[in-house]
Amino acid sequence: MTEDEIRSAYIEELVRVAPDLDPAEIAGSDHLQDDLELDSMDILNLVIALNQRFGVAIAEADYPQIATPDLAAAFLAKRV
Amino acid sequence: MAVFKMPSLGADMEAGKLVEWLVKPGDTVKHGDVVAVVETQKGAIEIEVFEDGVVEKLVAELGQSLPVGAPLAIIQAPGEAAEAPTQTAPPVAPQAPAEPAAPAAEAAPPTAPPAATPSGIAASPAAKARAAELGIALESLTGSGPGGAIVLSDVETKKPAATPSPAQDRGAYLAEMRKAIAAAMARSKREIPHYYVTHTIDLSAASDWLSAANADRPPEERILMGALLMKAMALAAREEKAVNGHFGEDGFTPSAAIHLGLAIALRGGGLVAPAILDADKKSLQDLMEAMRDLTMRARAGRLKSSEMSMATLTFSALGESGVEAMAGIIVPPQVAIVTAGAPGLQALVRDGEVIAAQAVTLTLAADHRVSDGRLGSKFLTAIDAKLQTPEEL
Repeated sequence: MTEDEIRSAYIEELVRVAPDLDPAEIAGSDHLQDDLELDSMDILNLVIALNQRFGVAIAEADYPQIATPDLAAAFLAKRV
Repeated sequence: MAVFKMPSLGADMEAGKLVEWLVKPGDTVKHGDVVAVVETQKGAIEIEVFEDGVVEKLVAELGQSLPVGAPLAIIQAPGEAAEAPTQTAPPVAPQAPAEPAAPAAEAAPPTAPPAATPSGIAASPAAKARAAELGIALESLTGSGPGGAIVLSDVETKKPAATPSPAQDRGAYLAEMRKAIAAAMARSKREIPHYYVTHTIDLSAASDWLSAANADRPPEERILMGALLMKAMALAAREEKAVNGHFGEDGFTPSAAIHLGLAIALRGGGLVAPAILDADKKSLQDLMEAMRDLTMRARAGRLKSSEMSMATLTFSALGESGVEAMAGIIVPPQVAIVTAGAPGLQALVRDGEVIAAQAVTLTLAADHRVSDGRLGSKFLTAIDAKLQTPEEL
């Protein structure tokens, strides 16, 4: 999977967790909490979804690595 | 036979627009089933039925704005004889799937005169089928067919327009929600004499226990500090009963059940506080799952009517970052709300020494008509005590 494909998949899962987000308006550098106004429950829901989709274990200490679509794509690309 | 009425949708909402029926006459329903969807200022809410039985008749029409208490449907108790023959959906003709749904088909004269329904209304089979599918009562239609019979086009005309997508009218939706919040909060501040008590709780034991517990759990089993705080609060509410219940015309009625409202901030500035029923009886894991599920459904605009009206006490947390304390406004008819600042390292005194420890500052806003500061203090102290033995939560 390329980083772009992973980024799209990440945004897909993100919008499933928070259906009030418009995927067209999510920038690669948008921060989950600061820009997209998600809370810790949403982050956990997203981690569960990413784990199921990519089979990548994301420890709590790694949460900052998936905090934006760009960061997450780079992080996940090394592990899928 | 019972009249199923529009349930309460929470203190800040008086009416909802019926947008979907999920049952039709003849369907069997049981307590807790979602039977309809109404659109409110706080999003779409799934309406649950509280009787067991068989749907005899749908009374409310799609597109109608209905106040709390308006009749929605007639439900027959199990085993109860039907007053009139139950109107079942007409069987679908075998060739129907292949037939294009051309409106022209209706223009052809019917081969037989339209049959009268049990209620004496003449309607074509296609019109009856479509009306049942859309949940439209035939009584509400004006027939334009032969002899005033209801034909398919009459039903289609009545069909409510599709609701615009949430993205399209999100601004308007948030503005409506803000109005609902404003009305409820202004009423609360006008009617409820609030008092406030604040307490900082050492979370060292709780966060150590949580880190150890989460270390080898898959993400779907991970627990957040918010769940520990809610569980401790629910258990403490069993001891201090004057914070848990509703204040009505006859004063305060404590509630034996502890249904904890969880405030969820929505993107762009909305707020909902649906209830987790019997929070004190749930295991930490179940409570955590309920919180995740509620958060997801709040974002999707798919909360249930019971969740919107049954909370007996509310919890609101700022999340993991932000300021250290926040004071809340009670959600009527409840009598208390606990708010949490962001948990983090704070300077605490332990054994005469100043130390840096994980801590959270809780503020209780409670109704002075029901309790006073001494009780509020006992309640927050009880939450503190429970968080010191997290393994027992």
